[in-house]
Amino acid sequence: MDASATASNTPRILDREPLVLNNRSYSWITNRICGIVENKQPALWWILFVPSVLLTGLMVFCFTYLISTGVGVWGQKQPVAWAWDITNFVFWIGIGHAGTLISAILFLTRQKWRTSVNRAAEAMTIFAVMCAGLFPAFHVGRVWMVWFLAPIPNANAIWQNFKSPLLWDVFAVSTYFSVSAVFWFLGLVPDLATLRDRCRPGLKKFLYGLFALGWRGGNRHWSHYETAYMLLAALSTPLVLSVHSVVSFDFATSIVPGWHTTIFPPYFVAGAIFGGFAMVLTLMLPVRRIYGLDDLITPKHVDNMAKIILLTGTIVGYAYCMELFVAYYSANPYEAAAFTLRGLTGPSTWAYYWMFSCNVFAPQLFWIRWCRHNVWVVMIVCMFVNAGMWFERYVIIATTLERHMTPGSWRVYEATWVDKYTFLGTFGFFMMLFLLFLRFLPVIAIGEVKGVLPQSNPHKDDHAEPGIQEEDLMDYSDRHVAKPVAA
Amino acid sequence: MSTTLKRVHGYLAEFDSVKDLYHAAEHVRDAGYQRWDVHSPFPIHGMDEAMGNPSSKLPVFVFCGGITGTTIAFTLETITQTNFWSHIGLGFLQKIVETYPTVVQGKPTDIWTLPAFFPVMFELTILFSAFTTLFGLLALIGLPRWNHPLFVSKNFGKFSDDGFFVCIEARDPKFSQEGTKSLLEKAGGKNIELVEDEI
Repeated sequence: MDASATASNTPRILDREPLVLNNRSYSWITNRICGIVENKQPALWWILFVPSVLLTGLMVFCFTYLISTGVGVWGQKQPVAWAWDITNFVFWIGIGHAGTLISAILFLTRQKWRTSVNRAAEAMTIFAVMCAGLFPAFHVGRVWMVWFLAPIPNANAIWQNFKSPLLWDVFAVSTYFSVSAVFWFLGLVPDLATLRDRCRPGLKKFLYGLFALGWRGGNRHWSHYETAYMLLAALSTPLVLSVHSVVSFDFATSIVPGWHTTIFPPYFVAGAIFGGFAMVLTLMLPVRRIYGLDDLITPKHVDNMAKIILLTGTIVGYAYCMELFVAYYSANPYEAAAFTLRGLTGPSTWAYYWMFSCNVFAPQLFWIRWCRHNVWVVMIVCMFVNAGMWFERYVIIATTLERHMTPGSWRVYEATWVDKYTFLGTFGFFMMLFLLFLRFLPVIAIGEVKGVLPQSNPHKDDHAEPGIQEEDLMDYSDRHVAKPVAA
Repeated sequence: MSTTLKRVHGYLAEFDSVKDLYHAAEHVRDAGYQRWDVHSPFPIHGMDEAMGNPSSKLPVFVFCGGITGTTIAFTLETITQTNFWSHIGLGFLQKIVETYPTVVQGKPTDIWTLPAFFPVMFELTILFSAFTTLFGLLALIGLPRWNHPLFVSKNFGKFSDDGFFVCIEARDPKFSQEGTKSLLEKAGGKNIELVEDEI
């Protein structure tokens, strides 16, 4: 090739892997993604939807039973006052973090591959936070008094204790939900306009039109829109790190051995991202296959996410080992006892070994390229991670409390059927919301995917040298200045 | 027979590709037009420069929104939980909220308990900034808007799929039926259409 001869001074840059396979056109992308919403759903959708609705009903039943009978229908007894409910809360809120990581952090670091998965991941975030919020709300015991959490004047003239990590959590989680919803909605606006423009007049067009806000795709709008999107990404990035840090403060600021650790915030955040990515893949691998989105969610996307799971899983493994090391090295007998009970002599060591194998050993398979490219292996590892992350929270929360400072009050925690069915029910609720999302909203950000196609670069082929990226050679210096306008 | 009055909104021209649209925008910019826009299914990198757009003022709004959030959180927390306001001679503020301070956890009730207030201050900063971003954006771009003359054009619906358009509005001082049309033709525009709005 003559290009290599001419480019002897400039180092050759390899072509990047395309983000959309088979040279798909703009209208192909529109048709394929809008088609999911516009056509009849495949039988599998109904096969999943009906049980999800039934499980949601089970969840509603369990909560109704809890309200009508009392919070004692859950298995919490002294000293284990926090058990499955708080475990489930931390589990679900953690799932959400991958969505924000994809939509915000990968946006700020200009990872263009995020465009194919960010919409579904953000939806997952919102639905997961909805599931998470249910548990602390019912955990307070009298759910109809839950408005006492809001900082509004009340007849008792007592304000919330703003110095308490539990109240920090109220603010962190509600802010997280609101900001994620705003971010998601803002991203949806141009795609809702696409759906609006394809609909025949009727109720659907009215509703899509209502939420598309009259979007016209003008560059004067895009310009502000992109600024807004970047600002939201920049706001969400510290937010997502803060949310799970604040969740970890619920434990770390206490003086319970096994909880009172400074490593908790980064350890929780890494764990949240780890578990969240596993859930993204759990949802997206079937979606990709069922709806024929293989050209948009390519092996490269799966590969990248598997690598993030490997990285964060290894960070989590480091945190586990560091906890053990500090328990030994701090020479604090209570801390050492807490970890001996967790891993060796306690009544719930099985949970500790589940946690360790699922979270630390299973993802190590992703060092091998073949494993990252085999969807079945990826799916199985993700299932292990999903389970492992639940066990992690169970180990931290319930098993630590089983052996409190006073041996006289030791008790092994046993979950009741209400605990189990409520948790199962939230999976149904989560799946139901996700399936409705697939049914009514574009699962992939249409506009954003179009923006990363090679033909979307206005300077494509300006430098026809193969192997060199256009953006590496782009120079806007002469175009920055608009010519003065004649008066 | 219809007797509806029509008002000219402007000229709409279609372009084949991002590249053509980009160069057309440079043409229109250099011809000195002010009231015009390009419409595309996705934001085009570098188009602001090609159009000569100023950068968005949104960050200024968002900064103010964020500061408001921080201030509200600080005020709420210190008024209800500390004696800070009485110490600086503004005790009447604390009278307004009529409250018993929550003296728990062995934490001080003066301003030095501030670090415990940081998480809520941080979260409210983010919350207010995010909502300012959304509403500031909508204010800047003049949406939501139920209808727009451009939607009268049958062709324009393609903007959200694979159509690239330039629209020069009639209220631009340089707009003229012939001059504007020939400029768009010269720039390579296709399906040039005079968009009229019923009044």
